Amino acid sequence: MLVVVICVGLLYALPNIYGEDPAIQISGSRGAEVTVATQDKVKKLLDDNQINAKSLVFENNSILIRVGDNDTQLKAKELIATMLGENYVVALNLAPATPAWLSVLGAEPMKLGLDLRGGVHFLMEVDMTTALNKLVDQSVENLKVELTNSKLPYSSIAKEGNQQIALQFSNTDERNMALTKIKGLQDFKLVSQANNSFIVTISEQRLQQAKTDAVQQNTTILRNRVNQLGVAEPIVQRQGADRIVVELPGIQDTALAKRILGATATLEFRQVNEEGSANLAAIVNGQSRVPYGSEIQYMTNGRPVLLYKRTVLTGDHITDSSFRANEYGQPEVSITLDNAGGKTMLDFTQKNLKKPMATLFVEYKDSGKQDESGKPILEKHEEVINVATIQGIFSDRFQVTGISNIDEAKNLSLLLRAGALIAPIQIIEERTVGPSMGQENITQGLESCVWGLLVSVIFMLLMYRLFGLFASLALVANLILIVGAMSLLPGATLSMPGIAGIVLTVGMAVDANVLINERIKEELSNGRNVQLAISEGYAGAWSSIFDANLTTLITAVILYAVGTGSIKGFAITLGIGIVTSMFTSIVGTRALANLVYGGRRVNKLSI
Amino acid sequence: MINNNTVNKVETEATTDQKMDRKDRYDVRELNHGRRVIDFLRFGFIAFIISMILVVVSFVAMFTKGFNLGQDFTGGTTVEITVTKAVNLDDIRDSLRSAGYHEPIVQYYGSSKDIMIRLPLIKQDTTNAATAVDNTLGVIIADLMHKHIDPNAAIKRVEFVGPTVGAELAQDGILAICAALICILIYIAFRFEWRFGTGAVVALAHDVVITAGYLSIFDRELDLTIIAAMLSIIGYSLNDTIVVFDRIRENFRKIRRASPYDVINISLTQTLHRTLMTSGTTLAVVVILYIFGGSMLKGFSETLGVGILLGTVSSIYVAAYMSLKLGIKREYFIPKKVEAEGADQPSILR
Repeated sequence: MLVVVICVGLLYALPNIYGEDPAIQISGSRGAEVTVATQDKVKKLLDDNQINAKSLVFENNSILIRVGDNDTQLKAKELIATMLGENYVVALNLAPATPAWLSVLGAEPMKLGLDLRGGVHFLMEVDMTTALNKLVDQSVENLKVELTNSKLPYSSIAKEGNQQIALQFSNTDERNMALTKIKGLQDFKLVSQANNSFIVTISEQRLQQAKTDAVQQNTTILRNRVNQLGVAEPIVQRQGADRIVVELPGIQDTALAKRILGATATLEFRQVNEEGSANLAAIVNGQSRVPYGSEIQYMTNGRPVLLYKRTVLTGDHITDSSFRANEYGQPEVSITLDNAGGKTMLDFTQKNLKKPMATLFVEYKDSGKQDESGKPILEKHEEVINVATIQGIFSDRFQVTGISNIDEAKNLSLLLRAGALIAPIQIIEERTVGPSMGQENITQGLESCVWGLLVSVIFMLLMYRLFGLFASLALVANLILIVGAMSLLPGATLSMPGIAGIVLTVGMAVDANVLINERIKEELSNGRNVQLAISEGYAGAWSSIFDANLTTLITAVILYAVGTGSIKGFAITLGIGIVTSMFTSIVGTRALANLVYGGRRVNKLSI
Repeated sequence: MINNNTVNKVETEATTDQKMDRKDRYDVRELNHGRRVIDFLRFGFIAFIISMILVVVSFVAMFTKGFNLGQDFTGGTTVEITVTKAVNLDDIRDSLRSAGYHEPIVQYYGSSKDIMIRLPLIKQDTTNAATAVDNTLGVIIADLMHKHIDPNAAIKRVEFVGPTVGAELAQDGILAICAALICILIYIAFRFEWRFGTGAVVALAHDVVITAGYLSIFDRELDLTIIAAMLSIIGYSLNDTIVVFDRIRENFRKIRRASPYDVINISLTQTLHRTLMTSGTTLAVVVILYIFGGSMLKGFSETLGVGILLGTVSSIYVAAYMSLKLGIKREYFIPKKVEAEGADQPSILR
C-alpha cells in the first residue's frame, strides 16, 4: 500500500518538473467561433513568417500554440491578433510541458498563485447604496404602473429618505383600496399610515434579492470585460456579500485593466424633446428656461441635446449587441432586448414613430473624494452617445444606424453590451506582482525548501543514524506527496505563504519521528529487546502524534475558513502537509524499519 | 530587592516541603528507570512569575504603544521597484513631494537597487486634491519613477488596500485567533482533563500575548502573514504542550506511588530530548525561511521564531506548572472502566 501511495504521489508530482512552454491561446468571442479553418489560417500565417511552433492543438473551441521562447511568443501573438481581428481573443499563456503519457492520467502541474507567476489581483466592491437607491426609484415607477393598471386613483407617489416610498391619496377609501392592493404585492412592507396616505418600504426579501442580483450581474459583466482583455486564465469570483475578486495572471498593464474593469456604466434610452429643441440655443445660453420634465445633456462632441427626463428603457434590459456594416456599407449596431424591454419598446415605438431617441451613457467614476467613513464618493457622468430616429415599430430586436464610422459602431456596441451594470463597482484592493518578482519568489521558495530539508536531514542523521535515514526518506516522500496532492486537488493553488507552509511542515514533520525514535531509545535502555522496543516505540508515540497533529490540523482548518488569499494558501499546504506527514513518518518509517530489522534476531539498533 | 527575597523564600519553602515529602517514601530516580530526573518544577514559580511579568509588559505595550499596523490593516498603496543604477532615496522623495504626495515612506529592501515606496491612506484633504488616495495611485507613482528616476525601473509589486478592507481583515484576524483558542480548549478538555485544558490554553494565550508584545515593543509591522504566523504559533505550542501532557497522563497511569510533582518532573525529563530536537529543527527551518524567504516572509518567520521559543518554554513552565497548581492528580487519569471492573469483582466472588 505504502509503495502504491508513494508511486501515485510521485506520478502526480512529476508534471511539476517539466516546467511550462510559452504559448498562445486563441478563442472566439462575440459569436465568432474557432474552427479548423481558423487553425489552418493561423498555421499558414506562422509558416509564412517563419515562426516555429512546437505544437498547434485545436480543442475545446480554442487553439493552443506552443512556441520556443518568449520573444517568438510575443511576435506570434501580434501577428495572429492583427490577422484574426477583434472577434477573437488572442492571449499569452503558459502551457504546462507535461508529456502526453502523464496528461492522459490527468496529471498536471500545480497551479501557481499570482505572487509566483505575476499578475494583478483586484477586489471590487459593489456600491449597494446606489443599487438600492435605483431599486427604490424603480419601485416608485412600478407602483405607479401597478395602481394605474388596476384603475386605482392616487394623488402622488414619491421616494422619501431612507428607502421609503410615500403614497398620497385624496380620500381614505382610495387609500384603503390601494393598501389592499399593495399588501398583495410581496415586494413591499407597510411602515406607517395616516388618514389619506401611507408609507411603504421595500421588503427584506426583495432587498436581499436585489443585492444578490447586483453582485451576480456585476460578476457576469466583469467576466465579459475580462475576456476582452485577453487573459489566459482569469478568475472572476464572488466573495462575501458584496465583493468580487478578479485575478488576471500575467497582466502587467494595470492601467488598461483598470480602465476596462473600473468603468462602471449604465445606459438609458430617452426621448428627445423636439418642440423644446426649437430654441435649444437660448436654453443653453440661459436666456430661456428648460421645459418642464426635460434636461440638457451633451454629446461626446459637445453638441447639446434636449431630453425628456423620463427614461424609456434602462440598459439592464439589453441582452446583447453587435456591430457590422450593412448592405450599403454603413456601420450599424444591432441590439437585442429581454422580454420586458421588448414590450416597453414596442409600446414606445408605436406611439413615437419617426421621432428621435437618444442613448444616454451614465458612468459612475471615482471622484477622488471620500465620505466620512472613508469610502470613495462616486460621481455621475452623463453623456449622449447616440441620437437616432425611430424608423419603424420594433420590439426586442433593432438596429441603430446613422453612425459615422465603423470604429464608432464598435465602440457603441461595446458600451451597450457592457452597459447593463445596475450598480457601480469600485476597486477596494489591488495587488500587482511583476513577473520578475514571481520568478524570484519561486527561486526563494525552492531554496528555502531545499535548505530546510537539508538541515532536517542532517539533524536526523546525526541524532538517530539509521532511523534518522528512515525519517529523512519519509521526509522526502512527504514532500513528494504534498506536491502530488497540491497538483491533484482542483482548488489548491501554490502561493508564497503556501511554500512557507511546506517548509514549515518539513521542519515539523520530523517531530513524529523524533517522538518515535526517542521512545524506542527509551524502551531499549529500559531493557526491552529490539523488536519489542520498535513496536512499543511506535505504539507509545502514536497518541502524542495523533493529538499533536490533530490540533495543528484544527488550526489549519480555522485559518482556511477565516483567511483570505495568501492565508488560505498557507492553510492548504499546512493541512495537506500534516496529513501526509503523519502517513509517511509513521507508516513509512515503520515499513522501512521492518524491512531492515524485521523477522530476524537483532541485538543492536542503529539509533 | 525586598520583593525578590520574598519570592525566593516562598520558593525554597515550597521545594523543601516537597523534597521531604518525597524522601520519606521513594527515590525519584528509581521511578525513571534509574535515570536522572531534572527538577524542572523547582524553578516553576520563578519562571511563572517571569512569564506573568512578560505578559503584563506585553499588555502594557499593546495598549500604550499599540502596533505598527501594516498596509493590510490601515489601507494605502505600496509600490516596489527595482532600478538599474543606484539612486538616492531623497530624489525619489522629492519627486513624490513635488507631485503632491506628502508623507511618502521610501526605503530600500533587500539590496540598494530594490526600493519600496509606501503611501498611507490620507483622509480627504479638500484643499489639495493630490493627497486623495485612490486606486490609480500605483500607476501614477510608476509613471513618476519612470520619468524622474530611472526609465528602466522595473515595477515589481503594486498593492492598494482600501480602508474598509483593512478594518475587516483586522477583525477577521482577531476572530480567527479567538476561534482557534476556543476549539483547542474544547478538544483538550475532551481528550484530557479540564485542568490540562486550562493549562494548555493559558500557555497558548501566554505565547500569543508575549509574541504580540514583542511585535509591539520592537515596532514590527503587522500584516496578514503575521496573523498566520500567530495561528501557527498556537498550533506549534499546542503540539509541544500535548506531547508533554500525553506523557504526564501516561506516567500518572504507570507510576503509582509518585506525587504529581514528581510525575510531572519525570515526564518533562523524558520528553526534554524530544522537545529540544523538534524545537531545534523547526527553529532551524524558520531561520532558513528568514534568510531565503525574501521580503514577503521576513516578518512571518521572525514572529514564528519568537513564538516557537516561547512555546517550548511555556509548555513546561506555564502549561505543566499551571495544571499542577490547579491540583492535577493521579485519580483523574484512571479510566473509569477499571473502577467498574473492581466493583464487579465482589459479586463474582460471592
